[in-house]
Amino acid sequence: MAGSGTAHLRPLDEVLLRVEDLVVEFPAKGGRVVHAVSGISFDIAKGETLGLVGESGCGKSTTGRAILQLPPPTSGSVVLHGEDLTKADASVVRSRRTDMQMIFQDPISSLNPRRYIGDVVAEPLGVWGPKDRDEQWRIVAQTLERVGIDPDLARFKRPHEFSGGQCQRISIARALVLDPELIICDEPVSALDVSIQAQILNLLEDLKRDSQLTLVFIAHDLAVVKNISDRVAVMYLGKMCEISESDELYARPAHPYTSLLLGSVPEPDPSIDVSSIEVVEGELPSPLAPPSGCRFRTRCPRVTDVCATDEPLMRRVGDDHFVACHHPLITPVEVGQATR
Amino acid sequence: MNTRIGTRETDDPLLEVEDLHTTFTLGHGSVRAVDGVSLTLHRGKTLGVVGESGSGKTVLSRTIMGLNTASNVTISGSVRYAGEELVGRPSKHLRSLFGPEMAMVFQDPMTSLNPVVKVGRQLTEHVRYHLGLGKSEAEKIAIALLTSVRIPEPEARLDAYPHQMSGGMRQRVCIAMALACGPRLLFADEPTTALDVTVQHQILNLLAEQQRDRAMGMVLVTHDLGVVAGRTDEIVVMYAGRVVERAPTTTLFAEMRHPYTEGLLRSIPKTSEAKHTRLNAIHGRPPDLLSPPPGCKFAPRCPYAQERCRNEEPPLTDPETPGHSFRCFYPIGTPENRAAYESNLAAGLPQTLAAAGQLLATEEVA
Ligand SMILES: Nc1ncnc2c1ncn2[C@@H]1O[C@H](COP(=O)(O)OP(=O)(O)OP(=O)(O)O)[C@@H](O)[C@H]1O
Ligand SMILES: Nc1ncnc2c1ncn2[C@@H]1O[C@H](COP(=O)(O)OP(=O)(O)OP(=O)(O)O)[C@@H](O)[C@H]1O
Ligand code: SF4
Ligand SMILES: [Mg+2]
Ligand SMILES: [Mg+2]
Repeated sequence: MAGSGTAHLRPLDEVLLRVEDLVVEFPAKGGRVVHAVSGISFDIAKGETLGLVGESGCGKSTTGRAILQLPPPTSGSVVLHGEDLTKADASVVRSRRTDMQMIFQDPISSLNPRRYIGDVVAEPLGVWGPKDRDEQWRIVAQTLERVGIDPDLARFKRPHEFSGGQCQRISIARALVLDPELIICDEPVSALDVSIQAQILNLLEDLKRDSQLTLVFIAHDLAVVKNISDRVAVMYLGKMCEISESDELYARPAHPYTSLLLGSVPEPDPSIDVSSIEVVEGELPSPLAPPSGCRFRTRCPRVTDVCATDEPLMRRVGDDHFVACHHPLITPVEVGQATR
Repeated sequence: MNTRIGTRETDDPLLEVEDLHTTFTLGHGSVRAVDGVSLTLHRGKTLGVVGESGSGKTVLSRTIMGLNTASNVTISGSVRYAGEELVGRPSKHLRSLFGPEMAMVFQDPMTSLNPVVKVGRQLTEHVRYHLGLGKSEAEKIAIALLTSVRIPEPEARLDAYPHQMSGGMRQRVCIAMALACGPRLLFADEPTTALDVTVQHQILNLLAEQQRDRAMGMVLVTHDLGVVAGRTDEIVVMYAGRVVERAPTTTLFAEMRHPYTEGLLRSIPKTSEAKHTRLNAIHGRPPDLLSPPPGCKFAPRCPYAQERCRNEEPPLTDPETPGHSFRCFYPIGTPENRAAYESNLAAGLPQTLAAAGQLLATEEVA
């Protein structure tokens, strides 16, 4: 049945990860179903950063976790290096976890408060790394250096002795210690002050450049996402609205939702007349009973009848720019028409 | 109804704060959370208070409103509301001002809402208590208030519990409650920080509209320079309990003079910049208020800091443009500032290298 289309996917041999028609549902009271993620597809090439943006509850974290099979999705495929993790044995999935790590929003509470930093960072090594303790410490120390934490000072300290920014550096070290290919960053700077946020964003950029890391970067701050991402996917209520190369997306949003979302970003520029900017009217519908057709139609300024009956599929509107909308702000390129 | 203080509609300031200090005495020392803050707010105007976590924004608002009453708190200085001195007045008197004179909207709507009481009852009781109205009269006002904050189907909403509403909806209810008795001064402490950008945009528009219609004075507290840019008349930038810069909003953005304000603006990513634009992170982190550095509180992180900054605290002055004050010996835009930068760069001072983008991200932390 209607997914959101796959016109934007690249050949499998050009990407590190491909997620296709991903569906994640959760049971709710009274036999109802939370439609958290409803048929989204995307891919990521090696060394690329994909930003996932959208407002609270649109399914960003659920998507990130489904890549790691935490929990495995209700349906759809997650193909890493050509292997579908949703069909693989549990043991294969577990060994794949060394290739995929996750960083969370709240740096302090995501670290075990009772353990020393040296042990916190070494934890993944205990399962997958060398068994020799000295060898483990050598790797941990090296990794702490890479994130700007003095290993000898930190080794026998506990998380609460560090600031939020330092704890986020430590969680990044823990994610890096197994030398993963893919890191899923779920709002890694949302809880940090802006001066510290900049330090962490710079750090992630440096790490990515130095070790060909591939990142999924989840955030609700559109400026942060643009800064770090090569491509950005915009989600709304469990669906993907638009995916594009970042500069293009921000310069020429094609989906009415993306456009309204960008307009809402408070820019540090007093010459912008905020009262003239269009607002998104109404409330977010419940994921228990999402609207038919296009899920944005209940709030969309461009809505027509077809939006209620047919779900829009991804169409190309630019070189690396795709939108799922019946009435996009940019005219789609006809199939077969050359864009370059 | 004319029981209000200072009802004369004059050009006198609605709020005047002078050299306000709030100090918490703790077992192991004392924290000067608000350290000599002065500000002025006129009717119908919005003042933005900006600063990072721990800079003293909330303590400042709560002190002005007389809400810092614990026994380990020492307050000095002056807070004049419509000409009346509030510092030192009994808290009973201050409480009588809440609602009809001053009101507050908090970051987390649940600080002002009771989770187990229906929204309608909370609103009507609030209105009845403050305005002394009967039940059906209060209900009418509650519905009118919910309508004014654009809550759809307000009658039906009276029967809802807070948890049955979205975060944005709950914040609207809090705003309705704060506006219920027609206050003349509204404190909004990070009113949209927990909300999505589209909802934030709606709520800030709503506050601006209500403020205009009611000619309220508003203090908008936030850590986000973007939020205050388009929505305030004047901005106060705080660092470590002090005002480091204060100016009319357009002036502040056009000619910022304090290195911290500059650092704050330069460290935030902007949608107008190309992807992967290197951010100018501010080196290190804010001082521990239990043992703040001597001299300028920003000196350990400031790209322009000189010997003098480390020993002597710069006063808050407006040497060039009246109304634009800052606290710095080497303000942005001066030849002295340029010289300080050059010499720090040559000396390889880490915070200067960081500002110049010549420091690795691993070295930005102090
Ligand atoms: N374990 C769960 N059980 C039931 N519902 C869930 C569960 N996890 C998530 N949901 C629901 O799925 C939807 C998507 O949630 P998700 O956490 O992925 O959103 P998000 O985009 O990450 O939001 P936020 O920005 O608030 O983190 C929401 O409606 C959420 O309430
Ligand atoms: N009751 C208290 N006792 C002791 N110290 C306190 C108390 N309340 C606040 N402080 C301290 O006062 C300083 C200023 O805190 P405040 O809450 O005003 O910061 P803020 O600017 O509002 O930060 P945020 O952006 O995190 O809300 C902080 O260092 C804080 O730890
Ligand atoms: S130049 Fe000196 S006084 Fe000015 S902010 Fe920097 S350290 Fe403080
Ligand atoms: Mg999330
Ligand atoms: Mg605060």
